[in-house]
Amino acid sequence: MHREVELTREEFLRYGRHLIMPEVGLKGQKKLKSASVLIVGAGGLGSSLAFYLTAAGVGRIGIVDFDVVDLSNLQRQIIHTTRDVGRSKLESAREKLSALNPSVEIETYETRLTSENAIEIIKDYDIVVDGTDNFPTRYLVNDACVLLKKPNVYGSIFRFEGQVSVFYAEKGPCYRCLYQEPPPPGLVPSCAEGGVLGVLPGIIGTIQALEVIKLILGIGEPLIGKLLLFDALKMRFRELKLRKNPSCPVCGENPTIKELIDYEEFCGITPERILHELGFEITAEELKSKLENGENIILIDVREPHEYEINRIHGSRLIPLSELPEKVNELDQTSEIVLYCKMGGRSARAVQFLRELGFTRVKNLAGGIDAWIEKVDPSMPKY
Amino acid sequence: MPVKIAIPTPLRPYTENRDIIEVDGQTVKELLENMSTRYPQLRRHLFSEDGRLRSFINIYVNDEDIRYLDGENTKVKESDFISIVPAIAGGN
Repeated sequence: MHREVELTREEFLRYGRHLIMPEVGLKGQKKLKSASVLIVGAGGLGSSLAFYLTAAGVGRIGIVDFDVVDLSNLQRQIIHTTRDVGRSKLESAREKLSALNPSVEIETYETRLTSENAIEIIKDYDIVVDGTDNFPTRYLVNDACVLLKKPNVYGSIFRFEGQVSVFYAEKGPCYRCLYQEPPPPGLVPSCAEGGVLGVLPGIIGTIQALEVIKLILGIGEPLIGKLLLFDALKMRFRELKLRKNPSCPVCGENPTIKELIDYEEFCGITPERILHELGFEITAEELKSKLENGENIILIDVREPHEYEINRIHGSRLIPLSELPEKVNELDQTSEIVLYCKMGGRSARAVQFLRELGFTRVKNLAGGIDAWIEKVDPSMPKY
Repeated sequence: MPVKIAIPTPLRPYTENRDIIEVDGQTVKELLENMSTRYPQLRRHLFSEDGRLRSFINIYVNDEDIRYLDGENTKVKESDFISIVPAIAGGN
């Protein structure tokens, strides 16, 4: 795993604070220099992770991402700046990391990690860090790491809460031992829908970076077989035990998953897709012309009150998704109802809920109020 | 006998935003049942249609997963701390 490396004069000075600690020392710094780490996702977790691993002198860092920098990323993705809006995240990240530490080799993969390319990309790295933002990719990263016998330093966040662990099937449980199956799509909101405190990915990403460095140096107690929970509001860390599941489908005694599978299929079709395919959907333009024609449409906003305060479609009534069951009897089953949220995910669940109760003329506003702003009313504030 | 249960952020909209609730019960099953009676919307988030605990939600008694204790029949006492730990995927 380790190639022979030497430190340059500049590096002795740069890593001086590491070199004077016996737990790192020259030997440890050389281990860092000869190590390679793949970061999946150059977003919130990836930002702090990539900075600290680069600063620490990890020899080769790979980053996988396919996104461009958006203004709404900058509240937390500190590797990107206002000037980078519209640029490729990888290009932006590479520039900052090379400026921080030019001797680190940065490799970029401008692609979505898929079952077709994951093995090929991951196989050349010692450690993988999961900084992705969706269930299909998390299961993909997990399975690929189990199959390739690599440690997967996992972190995930939601609002004020974070989870960190090291999934290393050779020595302990994997992600599937913890959660055998993902939640049905739409049931657990994403950060884009549910929000996230900007500092949180910094904290969780930094803990992931620390775990990576401990693994490389072989010091301390890594979070193998442990799940660290962090509650930012209570400022409380808790540690739970994780056990290897003997019947785990990928790392158990008789595994049934021996190669990568179709993770989109495994994680299920989103309610939005289902409604789109069944025709229970309306576009922003269609809604606009219906409203202009004076058609009698009941417009319901299923977001939270603090979101409704920021923007809303004129004439809409606020019924947050969590209050819909108790207010459903106030709605007329025979009238035409259009539901919307920020991006179309929550309202799709609301439409499904009403359809199950026998409503037949309910539709989901495709792309939510974001699409309405883009296509119909660009003067409205967007968040 | 009241036992404390930590409610994770994604489920707080269904518990009037409470992060810790106290419910009575001798086993995990009774606690979850009583909790779902008090907050009816929690039920479909915790249990699938066939009444089984959802596979993306783990229940811990102190630091131990109930799957490695007695499952939902795990006995609890007043000093125990119960955590509901759902899968979350955010990172971006």
